[in-house]
Amino acid sequence: MLKLSRNEKMAHATIYLSLILLTLAFLIPFIIVFSTSFISDDEFARRGGYVLYPEEFSMGAYDILFGRSQVILNAYSVTLFRVVVGTGFNLAFTITMAYALAKRDLPGRVPLTIFVFITMVFSGGLIPRFLLVDALGLRNTLWSMVFPGLINAWNMLIMRNFFMSLPEELFDAAIVDGASPPTVLLRIVLPLSMPVIATIGLFYAVWHWNSWFDAAIYIDRSHLKPMQIILRSLLETTNMQGLEELAFIEDPPPAASLRSALIIVSTVPVLFIYPFVQRYFVKGIMIGGIKG
Amino acid sequence: MSARSMMSQRPYSPPAANDGKWRRLLKRVWFYRFYYLLALPGLLYFIIFHYLPMIGIVIAFKDISPFGGVAGIIEAPWVGFKHFNRFFNSIFFWNVIENTVIISGLKIIFGFPAPIIFALMLNEVFRVKFKRFVQTVSYLPHFISWVVTTGLVTALVATSGGLFTEWLNELTGERWTFLTNPDQFRGILTLTHVWKTIGWSSILYLAAMSAIDPALYEAAAIDGANRFQMARHITVPSIAFVITILFIFEIGNLLDAGFEQILLLYSPAVYSVSDIIDTYVYREGLLGLKYSFAAAVGLFKGVMAFLFLIAANTLANRLGQPGLW
Repeated sequence: MLKLSRNEKMAHATIYLSLILLTLAFLIPFIIVFSTSFISDDEFARRGGYVLYPEEFSMGAYDILFGRSQVILNAYSVTLFRVVVGTGFNLAFTITMAYALAKRDLPGRVPLTIFVFITMVFSGGLIPRFLLVDALGLRNTLWSMVFPGLINAWNMLIMRNFFMSLPEELFDAAIVDGASPPTVLLRIVLPLSMPVIATIGLFYAVWHWNSWFDAAIYIDRSHLKPMQIILRSLLETTNMQGLEELAFIEDPPPAASLRSALIIVSTVPVLFIYPFVQRYFVKGIMIGGIKG
Repeated sequence: MSARSMMSQRPYSPPAANDGKWRRLLKRVWFYRFYYLLALPGLLYFIIFHYLPMIGIVIAFKDISPFGGVAGIIEAPWVGFKHFNRFFNSIFFWNVIENTVIISGLKIIFGFPAPIIFALMLNEVFRVKFKRFVQTVSYLPHFISWVVTTGLVTALVATSGGLFTEWLNELTGERWTFLTNPDQFRGILTLTHVWKTIGWSSILYLAAMSAIDPALYEAAAIDGANRFQMARHITVPSIAFVITILFIFEIGNLLDAGFEQILLLYSPAVYSVSDIIDTYVYREGLLGLKYSFAAAVGLFKGVMAFLFLIAANTLANRLGQPGLW
């Protein structure tokens, strides 16, 4: 171990302190929201807003979100649909195309890749995209949250690069043994690619979980609205009674605690899962950072 | 067939026929039919959801009615550059351009060095568990949606009830209004951006740092260099290429000032300092139903962004860095 001079020790103390403060900066907003989700009417009136820690615990906000309302459970199921079915579609489309474009001597491979690449640097913009989804009759269907984002070009190229890095001899050997191209894909390539498929799948899943804008412009019907939309309408309204989604509440709890509870409810799954899967994400960034 | 020719022929490669060029190509294409079949769904997706909207750009040169559908688009009269001229001459033009560039610029000035400094600090931490903990926590904001992030911002700085606002009000005896104050709103946007991206953006820098040969540090230590000198003369030069390439692409994306973040946080009180091209397109087009006009503004941005990206990429290549292409 290096011996540190006095100056360096000072510097190290500063660095550790800064990092601790930074860590707190990441965590404190969540702590505030978590605490506020438990405060009651009285406490809210007394303390006048969001709190760092609750003085007494009240489950009122959660009671309302889950007990008296189908809205939240319904929004959860729409979000789950997006995450499960949407990610499944994403992966199927991404893997098949990436695998085809990874075939080195495929005639037309380069033009096809350029065809995809162009969409990364130029897009028709918001309005034509909106009119297209409208014209296809996808508005106010769950598919409006699945089809427009089927393939992320960047993810597809990451996966293509991974397929290209697999040794060609592997396929040749299988073909010699009498395997057909579909068999090679299903029996050899896919099992070998599970790490990159998991990574890309997680990218898509988090994107679906967090997406708000597509649903905001394509979905008007209450029963098709995902979690993020409900959360958004609760956050932007100043008057709880005015909110269509929560009109059933006769005696609403303080806005701050209801909002906080909904933030917690819509974030907890991510909070619990991400520490365990983050290494996949880091891996994904690394593969993406290397030009293929 | 001799053993030699069997060796030289890869088992799964197209037949080398002596036919004409086109016939040979056709045979190869037929040989690879399974792969074209695999590419087809993806190809259709890109044609429908990316290339059709590019064709849809024609509405920027027409006067379409909001309720005409596809037939309405085809029948609508051509108006040339009318919508572009209206945008260039409108009082909003310079405002949205200025806001886009300033907000983007602020995010680059503060948001670009932040992860580098963060990575350099983490690089000095030798307690592995502490380092890993800080890293994991710093990734957290990346996994949170912008809607939730907005909720967290509100909890801290909402005009009424925000924890920080109320605390500051009490401390200073004034009334603070961060989210509706044009003087402070861009600061909030910048800070939120740094908070959300600093951890995640540090990954590439840390990866580049972990690739540095430890022998360099050992040699420097023998020569009597201290940790600052090592950071300055070994670490920073070793990650300089990552810094350059990422910086160039930040510049290339200058016109993306953070659509979702701003849309979720802004309000009419701060439009003057936060209305960017994207939010303007959204309000004019999807809320105001001026499809043709908004599409023209969107096309203007698309073309400008494309030129920026090409310039950035050319610059990267000039500097001997691998660009986006």
